[in-house]
Amino acid sequence: MASLKVNFAGVEFQNPITTASGTFGSGMEYGEFVDLSKLGAVTTKGVADHPWPGNPTPRVAEVKGGMLNAIGLQNPGIETFIERDLPFLHEKHAKIIVNVCGHSEEEYLNVVRRLATEDVDLLEINISCPNVKEGGISFGTNPKGVEEITKAIKKEAVQPVVMKLSPNVTSITEIAKAAEAGGADGVSLINTITGMKIDIERQSFVLANKTGGMSGPAVHPVAVRMVYEVANAISLPIIGMGGVETAEDAIEMLLAGATMVSVGTANFYNPYATMEVVDGLENYLNRKNISDVNDIIGLVK
Amino acid sequence: MSKEFEMAKVVSQKELQPGIFSMWLSCHAAKSAVPGQFLNVYTKNKEKRLPRPISICEINGEKGELRLVYRVTKEGSGTEEFSKYETGEEVRILGPLGNGFPVEDFKDKKVILMGGGIGIPPMLGIADCVGKNATAVLGYRDKNTFLTEDFEQAGTTLCLASDDGSIGVHGNVIDAIKENKVEGDVIFACGPTPMLRGIKAYAKENGITCYISLEERMACGIGACLGCVCQSKDKDHHSKVHNKRVCKDGPVFLAEEVEL
Repeated sequence: MASLKVNFAGVEFQNPITTASGTFGSGMEYGEFVDLSKLGAVTTKGVADHPWPGNPTPRVAEVKGGMLNAIGLQNPGIETFIERDLPFLHEKHAKIIVNVCGHSEEEYLNVVRRLATEDVDLLEINISCPNVKEGGISFGTNPKGVEEITKAIKKEAVQPVVMKLSPNVTSITEIAKAAEAGGADGVSLINTITGMKIDIERQSFVLANKTGGMSGPAVHPVAVRMVYEVANAISLPIIGMGGVETAEDAIEMLLAGATMVSVGTANFYNPYATMEVVDGLENYLNRKNISDVNDIIGLVK
Repeated sequence: MSKEFEMAKVVSQKELQPGIFSMWLSCHAAKSAVPGQFLNVYTKNKEKRLPRPISICEINGEKGELRLVYRVTKEGSGTEEFSKYETGEEVRILGPLGNGFPVEDFKDKKVILMGGGIGIPPMLGIADCVGKNATAVLGYRDKNTFLTEDFEQAGTTLCLASDDGSIGVHGNVIDAIKENKVEGDVIFACGPTPMLRGIKAYAKENGITCYISLEERMACGIGACLGCVCQSKDKDHHSKVHNKRVCKDGPVFLAEEVEL
């Protein structure tokens, strides 16, 4: 039996599989399909310092090999999250990665400070959401900005800090280096790729927001390439994500250099996807006679 | 673990009118379904991965069968794939999902069913429960009607409208309800948003309790993605804003509860 245990920024996880923020809520809906305690961790939907209503509908559209979304980070705010969602996840014995969002540096810091006394394992800072006008991606697209916000968050954070990076940049390695220079404990990538769909009968945008973040299997090769590049540019551990729907996809991410892998959009069309990936990863390692999953991380040079 | 995928078996498939199909499925979901709920139906074509949410038309709990009546949206669509399924073929479904209409609460009352276009099928499931106590006000594009015989079989009084005037009242379901002076204690409605807006206003003017079933683009269908929200009068339970989830908190809402 192969060992699936990984250590990410000093935190032990029983396996490297987690969920991509925004595709799994806080686990409540998926707890009806899968045993949340069998995941490496649950990564929650982004949480801000107050409730956000998100964008007008339509917010989602199917596209070839994936989908576009422009939810706009609707969330109940940190107080409800702490009162309702964290106890639920603790009761399910899940490890917890909290995704943090904000419109301004102060809003991010409010959430990070509020979580300082809570039992969560990692903080993932969303500086890359393409669907909110202020905050989100505007922090994540220039290296100087990334370094500054990372520094500011590291000053206040009790848990290890993972900066979530946008693929909508000229050079993702420059952004990753900036996060490293700012003192991040890890990075996660990729957030969605900005896309657009037009309804040719109505001759208008399908999404009310006009643009949306593209996710799903079609973005997977882009994500693998970026994980590989970042893994070779910095020395921080990586949570790799983007179009992972099977164990094979997750293994590619690990070989490219990710220490953990998130299953995202696949949850929407297969609520069992996370468990299938964990099982498939174990089978792969056994078949290859590899005793430790760490032996394949970054193996492909 | 309380929810599961299942492979439903196609019992029959029939084209009722050009592009409108009726498919009976044999499935466990039939045991617990109520009118107004929906199924996630998954395509076999892996290019289209998101489930298609399709409202349940009729329920036969004893035989364990559900009827879906759906429109093929366009060439190459997921619904086109469904329309080609033959008897005995298996299809992946998840459900029943959503809340459904509170039919039981109005069993001995006079019920008005209002359906427009592809919003008509879920009304039939209610007619099966309340039969004679219901009047169905149905709006079609033209004389190519569907399911009218099924409503009659359920014992429901029919009142039709068509956009082009080729059958029933020339106009929409509001024109039809006024012209026929249909009265009742409750309205159950499903159809396009402008129609539901009109029905909401009509129900308010006349002091009739009104439940409407909403449609919105969905991804997961189980309340996780927050794609299909509608604006609600009260703060929603999930995000504490004013965004109820059509798939999980609905699709059926008390009309006054939502902004259209």
